[in-house]
Amino acid sequence: MTGEHSSKQYDHELEGIRSKVLLMGGMVETQFEDAIEAFRVGDTARAERVMAEDQAVNQLEVSLDDACSHLIVKRQPTANDLRTVMATIKVITDLERIGDEATKVARTAKSLHERGVVGINHFDTIRTIARATGDLLHDALDAFARLDGKQALQLIAADEVVDHEFRTILRSTITFMMEDPRTISSALDVLWVAKAIERIGDHAKNIAEYVIYVVEGRDIRHTNVALDPAQSQAQAN
Amino acid sequence: MANPIPASAAAAKTKTIEISGLNFFYGKTQSLKNVSLDIHDKQVTAFIGPSGCGKSTLLRTLNRMYDLYPGQRAEGSIQYRGRNILEPGVDVNMLRAKIGMVFQKPTPFPMSIYDNIAFGVRLYENLSKGEMDERVEWALKKAALWEEAKDKLGKSGLSLSGGQQQRLCIARGVAVKPDVLLLDEPTSALDPISTAKIEELISELKQDYTITIVTHNMQQAARCSDYTAYMYLGELVEFGETDQIFMKPARKETQDYITGRFG
Repeated sequence: MTGEHSSKQYDHELEGIRSKVLLMGGMVETQFEDAIEAFRVGDTARAERVMAEDQAVNQLEVSLDDACSHLIVKRQPTANDLRTVMATIKVITDLERIGDEATKVARTAKSLHERGVVGINHFDTIRTIARATGDLLHDALDAFARLDGKQALQLIAADEVVDHEFRTILRSTITFMMEDPRTISSALDVLWVAKAIERIGDHAKNIAEYVIYVVEGRDIRHTNVALDPAQSQAQAN
Repeated sequence: MANPIPASAAAAKTKTIEISGLNFFYGKTQSLKNVSLDIHDKQVTAFIGPSGCGKSTLLRTLNRMYDLYPGQRAEGSIQYRGRNILEPGVDVNMLRAKIGMVFQKPTPFPMSIYDNIAFGVRLYENLSKGEMDERVEWALKKAALWEEAKDKLGKSGLSLSGGQQQRLCIARGVAVKPDVLLLDEPTSALDPISTAKIEELISELKQDYTITIVTHNMQQAARCSDYTAYMYLGELVEFGETDQIFMKPARKETQDYITGRFG
């Protein structure tokens, strides 16, 4: 990042934390992809793998929180190191939630296919939001790995697209349910899946916000700066 | 994670000392290069930097301490109370009463606790016994030493512990009613509990006095000060509000130093 510490041990500790976060990111990304695929083709074994993996993800969250606490007490980090540790503590919470949401998708996938329900073409309904969120998650993790503040800023606008897509799904699903009440049960399941995917988009957006915090020292949460390029530029100066 | 500006620093601050274009020489060696910064009224300003950066040298120009040593000279401007204290014709004794100094190693006079404090006061003021008693008590209370010392004012200052001796030196400094206190690594020689007491004392003292502190303990600077100056090789690299210096420094050199990416 900006050169090595005088203490090699400190560098080693930071690198240990960093690689664990990237590992955790990779795991939840795989969970998401597997969950969507399980939903698409009715692969219950794959769904079960997603659910089992969540245990390992949760353990990583616990061990990373612990590693960060130890770093703080030992090294009293300042400036960019402090922002990195603070952001890590928050990012792992979002990653763990992404794992939870992916697990919900997997669980619903398993349930739907076990019940052998027919009805609306459930995968088609969520195809767009799933791809948009998959890209958003991948790019957010990539921005975090490379500490790319510019890329991170663009992703915040991308989450608006995911939110918009969810509202579209909601409207069309309501229409289906009104036309044919027999589809209500499976339609609701699809809606929970879409909601879980939308939540994953929000968590990915959070990760992008933390990237900006680490790189620039600006906390843009709960502001609209990312959506207004002129305001964003003014803030950065 | 938001970083609000503390209320104390938000209002426009008056400046007690304005340093401008200061150069300092030990013989032919230049150890301060064109230093300019402001010491704000009733705020704590910390000077940090690696060994040899000039922070103690800078501190010692503020009350012309270097005058005591031949071959040392300062050029430039240090404005205090409307005049440049580097000019000839300045009453340096009065200056050193108004801008007092506390050193790293506690330096109590080899006298009683009472006389340690009374000695300086007697140089400037003619007080009755009763008035002097009051002044000694007041100074010791200001330095949070009264309770521990009140029953042994006649005992030698050297009989106190290290932390107490340092507080005695602070009491001695405030007894002559200064504007500014210069603290040169005041807790480097003290244990953690004494250090904490002195830091607590600093935060009380700043209600009445402007304080400048040199420290090689960065966490101390982060805890105690309102403003921080980072120096390197005789130059002022960055000066700003402490919160900003430690959270989001403007210069990479500053960040490297405070995060331990130095050398």
